[in-house]
Amino acid sequence: MDFLQTLKIALRALRTNKMRSFLTMLGIIIGIAAVIAMMAVGSGASYVISQQIASIGSNIILVIPGSTTSGGLRTGSGGAQTLTSDDVKAIMNECPSVALASGTVRSSGQVVYGNLNWSTLIMGGTPELFEIREWPVTAGRSIEQQDVDSAGKVCLLGQTVADNLFGSSDPVGKIVRIKKIPFTVIGVLERKGQSPQGTDQDDTVFVPLRTAQRNLVRSNHTTSVGALMVQARSAELLDKAEEEINSLLKQRHRITGDKEPDFSTRNLSEILAVAEKSSQAMSLLLGAVASISLIVGGIGIMNIMLVSVTERTREIGIRMAIGARKNDILLQFMTEAVLLTILGGLIGIALGAAGATIVSKMLSWPTLISIQSITVAFFFSGAIGIFFGFYPAKKAAGLNPIDALRYE
Amino acid sequence: MSAVIVLTDIRRVFIMGDQQFEALKGVSFAVEQGEFVAIMGASGSGKSTCMNLIGCLDRPTSGSYLLDGLDVGGMDADQLAEIRNKKLGFVFQGFNLLARTPAVENVELPLVYSGIHSKERRQLALAALEQVGLAGKEFNHSSQLSGGQQQRVAIARALVNKPALILADEPTGNLDSTTTLEIMTLFTALNRQGITIVMVTHEHDVAGFARRQLTFKDGQILSDCQTGQTSQTLLKA
Ligand SMILES: Nc1ncnc2c1ncn2[C@@H]1O[C@H](COP(=O)(O)OP(=O)(O)O)[C@@H](O)[C@H]1O
Ligand SMILES: [Mg+2]
Repeated sequence: MDFLQTLKIALRALRTNKMRSFLTMLGIIIGIAAVIAMMAVGSGASYVISQQIASIGSNIILVIPGSTTSGGLRTGSGGAQTLTSDDVKAIMNECPSVALASGTVRSSGQVVYGNLNWSTLIMGGTPELFEIREWPVTAGRSIEQQDVDSAGKVCLLGQTVADNLFGSSDPVGKIVRIKKIPFTVIGVLERKGQSPQGTDQDDTVFVPLRTAQRNLVRSNHTTSVGALMVQARSAELLDKAEEEINSLLKQRHRITGDKEPDFSTRNLSEILAVAEKSSQAMSLLLGAVASISLIVGGIGIMNIMLVSVTERTREIGIRMAIGARKNDILLQFMTEAVLLTILGGLIGIALGAAGATIVSKMLSWPTLISIQSITVAFFFSGAIGIFFGFYPAKKAAGLNPIDALRYE
Repeated sequence: MSAVIVLTDIRRVFIMGDQQFEALKGVSFAVEQGEFVAIMGASGSGKSTCMNLIGCLDRPTSGSYLLDGLDVGGMDADQLAEIRNKKLGFVFQGFNLLARTPAVENVELPLVYSGIHSKERRQLALAALEQVGLAGKEFNHSSQLSGGQQQRVAIARALVNKPALILADEPTGNLDSTTTLEIMTLFTALNRQGITIVMVTHEHDVAGFARRQLTFKDGQILSDCQTGQTSQTLLKA
């Protein structure tokens, strides 16, 4: 029996019971639409995270001061002031796998311009920081080495700060007060957007490292830095760079044997890779939940196919009497089931894609409909037809011709 | 002349729970090629049971059956399906056409299962419909055809694969006398063309079209007589 004929018979059977066919398909339609929409939302989220990862800069290692014990009280990680500008210089000069390094200090405080004020994060850094983070200015100029050396009272504004203090006017050259000290705005940074942790990276004011060390943070050593941002020469050299930094700092800080180091290193890319993984796991989970409805839909298909086999017992008998083999009957009912699920799948794909588009328009949530997810959904719906259609089809093919013919 | 059907000591026992019923109690007869045989007998005498065995729709409990020289007993389900497809044509009392399917597609069905391509299939089916006098009704569905016309479609379907044997179980049971006459005339014509026909009926008029009458009683053959076509003379008158 040729496939075209089988297809024709199956289509006729589905047309005969249009409403029933549609209702049966509905389970698959909803399931596939849910899977497509969930995957779109999930991969949209993954995409955003990978964008954010890129926004941090590539091949970055974070060195943060460890906790210190003073008089029995341990400060939290990062609370100690064990890292200095000299450490930064040493890392730059002595670690061959390191491309760039910048010490940073962070503080928060009010920035005032005229009668407007804005509470924000204040970061001290060196010119390397902006290189590492691949963060150019859109107006004015960036912080230069000379600003750091002279501890100049200049600052760079993140876009959020610029928007809130200056609106649409140009901030470059204006004087703002940071913690009551007047600073000249030398530039505005390009918009970066959210960090993977969800904070607004543009809600920051940058000042030269030495300026921050002297004027903005209270500290005992004016050369101590809060955290180091280091960029390895390449992704392959990340681990090596981390090792080099560890051994160099241990040596410089005279940490031997099993003495606990007073600093720690973190490979930022690794942390972010974890974030990406977890978002992928999330979209997988969403997909799994959606596929439960597919299984329910598949059971619906099986149910209707069983009903259909019973209803058409006589037809099966006629076909057998006329010369249909077991496989002809099996194939006929399988084709019907697969046709149902594939049609349902196609409608579901269209609906899911439309749904995802609407969600992304209305909630401005990014969605990504991949060819891959469409292909998977298509073949999955076909597989459901094969899986759930097999038992009813087997039942039909196993009928005894004379019993089937006699069936009332 | 070669035998199309050779039945030897055929028994068929139905088992229903702990009850047994022997519907055929050792039936033996042969049908030669080109014969037109009517099987008669009271209701429940085993006529249909015997026809189903001849039609390879059912298997005997014991005994041997040679169809066109082939021993059918040892065949599996798919081989039997092929025998039904190639060597046999069925005509049922209730027509047994597919609903919502045009006449021509009903007639094509045996060809579909013997793997003949659609073009040739259509040609053969149209020719068969013409042969049974249904030219012009090829694309009507069964619901748009009279009983007699539906039975003609069924006969065309039985004919289309050029079988060695046509089996008809009470083919006129659902038809009025005029239509019965038409159908029997058709059978007679087909038999004249050399097709072997075995037909079950309980009407003597209908049986009269056959040249041989087998009478069943309680699962056994009561009589087997060559009669010539008694009804054929009636028809001519
Ligand atoms: N599948 C079956 N199961 C049990 N008994 C059956 C079955 N088919 C037929 N019989 C019995 O066999 C006997 C002969 O039936 P059948 O051949 O149909 O008679 P008829 O001569 O009227 O066509 C009947 O008594 C019937 O009840
Ligand atoms: Mg009967």
